Amino acid sequence: MYSVLAAASAVESIKDAINTICQPAPFLIIAVVGLALFLAGYRTITRPPVAAALGALAVLAFLVSCLDSDFFLIISKADNVPIVMMMFAVGFFLWLAFRQAAVNDHAIETGRPLFEAGSDDKVLVWPDLVYIELIALVLCTALLNVWAILLKAPLEQPADPSTAPNPAKAPWYFLGLQEMLVYFDPWLAGVVLPGLIILGLIAIPYIDKNPRGNGYYTFKERPFAIATFLVGFVILWVLLIIFGTFLRGPNWNFFGPYEFWDMHRPAALVNTEFHDLFWINLMGRALPEHYLLRELPGIVLLGAYFALGPPLLRLVFFRKMYRQMGFIRFSVMSILLLVMLLMPIKMVLRWTLNLHYIVGITEWFFNV
Amino acid sequence: MLARFGNWVREGQVWGSIFRHGVPRDRRTRAMAILSNVFLHLHPVAIRKSGIRLSFTWCMGGLTFFLFLVEVVTGVLLMFYYRPVVEYAYFDIQGLGAHVTLGLMRELHRWGAHAMIIAIWLHMLRVFLTGSYKPPREFNWSVGVILLVLTMLLSFTGYLLPWDQLAMWAITVGSNMARATPGVGTEGPMSSFIQIGGVPLVHAGDDARFGLLAGTFVGPNALLRFYVLHCVFIPVVVTVLLAVHFWRIRKDGGISGPL
Repeated sequence: MYSVLAAASAVESIKDAINTICQPAPFLIIAVVGLALFLAGYRTITRPPVAAALGALAVLAFLVSCLDSDFFLIISKADNVPIVMMMFAVGFFLWLAFRQAAVNDHAIETGRPLFEAGSDDKVLVWPDLVYIELIALVLCTALLNVWAILLKAPLEQPADPSTAPNPAKAPWYFLGLQEMLVYFDPWLAGVVLPGLIILGLIAIPYIDKNPRGNGYYTFKERPFAIATFLVGFVILWVLLIIFGTFLRGPNWNFFGPYEFWDMHRPAALVNTEFHDLFWINLMGRALPEHYLLRELPGIVLLGAYFALGPPLLRLVFFRKMYRQMGFIRFSVMSILLLVMLLMPIKMVLRWTLNLHYIVGITEWFFNV
Repeated sequence: MLARFGNWVREGQVWGSIFRHGVPRDRRTRAMAILSNVFLHLHPVAIRKSGIRLSFTWCMGGLTFFLFLVEVVTGVLLMFYYRPVVEYAYFDIQGLGAHVTLGLMRELHRWGAHAMIIAIWLHMLRVFLTGSYKPPREFNWSVGVILLVLTMLLSFTGYLLPWDQLAMWAITVGSNMARATPGVGTEGPMSSFIQIGGVPLVHAGDDARFGLLAGTFVGPNALLRFYVLHCVFIPVVVTVLLAVHFWRIRKDGGISGPL
């Protein structure tokens, strides 16, 4: 009897520990470190036995977690099922891609032909490709039908403009953007940043002048491009969606995976403004009357970030890349990169200093 | 017996008028099978052996397109039973679940839409990781990015149509963003400067959010507007861009591979 209680309390303390490390700061730090480790050790990690063990471990952890009622309640919501699928699919396909990259990179180093080599070796589309397409189509239809039979499409209460649900969430594929709302005002998180994501994606082929790695899996030949893309796609998009779906509850408060979504949990703490930090804490005086003067330090800081960032990046990290790309391409690339980095920077400032706005001209709705 | 019947059909005038080549058993007729079919000719005739390996392409682009077709077919069936009017919308959807024996169309449509979004993201990941956006395929990557955005907008506009709490408030959260558009949203930066003699030109009754919802809240006009965007406008644009996308794959040298 006593040992059963001891085991139960051990399980509870493990759950508490996991709840704690799933908070925004540790969650994202672990994600970044994890991605860095993956990219550093992809040749070892993607070896089939290692990858299979890691995959099995992930599935096992997921299944064991389903024993927890709070976890299962959220995981099993009909609209959340595809997100679980996406989570495992992204992991699997990252493995598949980096396994082939590891094989190819080894081949390049030892001077052997690539996995994809032999491009003269052509086959006819009819029947070779058309039949693959047919089989994929049949399998996809079967899978979709099974999914549709097992899981009913949800229908909640009729729309009622006077009763807002809590939390009110955007469709799941926009939850990364909704998570950004914690750190940025709507004009950035909802309009400017999504716009820049689209423009940045379109710009990729025109700013990436690295001629290598065209048409085959590799990491070694284009580490910067791939690492940047994965930070954007895996961490700032997919993981933020997972975070927003599973770990954001009522009042957009954080809840660990094994926590009950308590409606009455107290709201977040009070944030500080950069102008307070500068004028009151640092200069030891009252805030200036005029808002432009009040926000001057923040404007200078932000201006310096975007004005000095590109030349600094050029001198410190990307000398060779600059020669390859030229001034305009490099400027566009580094501005986009700096915008992307603004997100983690703002997060860290929030966690450490409770910083609300760097520039806060609330009079114009111009808050960064 | 069956084989003889098959031969009789294939040698007849009707078959010959539709498929203007013999049975695809040799190189020439197999090439003809692709070239003389309006749908199949979006493919190249011959393709890299490495390019069609499933581990290379993941078939995600193809599956995205297939899921688009699933959405079109199930969507047309749903349109037969759905009226985009506030009074009926919710109960039409409810009726689909209550009165149609073994009805699956709404499930197929909803899960197909989710799957399509995941598939198109994975397709983009694959194209990026194989460097397939590099010359000569830059333009086709751009077309693909637009298609990705349109896929998400298709899903977003469809999200409102069941007219339940989930739908309405998700669209409320999403469309509130438009209010903050710089210059053209009431709560966007710079909008307060756009005024004549102290009278603001950008207000809740004419800003970007109003344009999206045809009103100041998610109401009947928004439902109709999203319905038309979801069922007519975006699918037509997607279809046109898909044709461009597939055509350019072929023109840019088929599935990518080492140069």
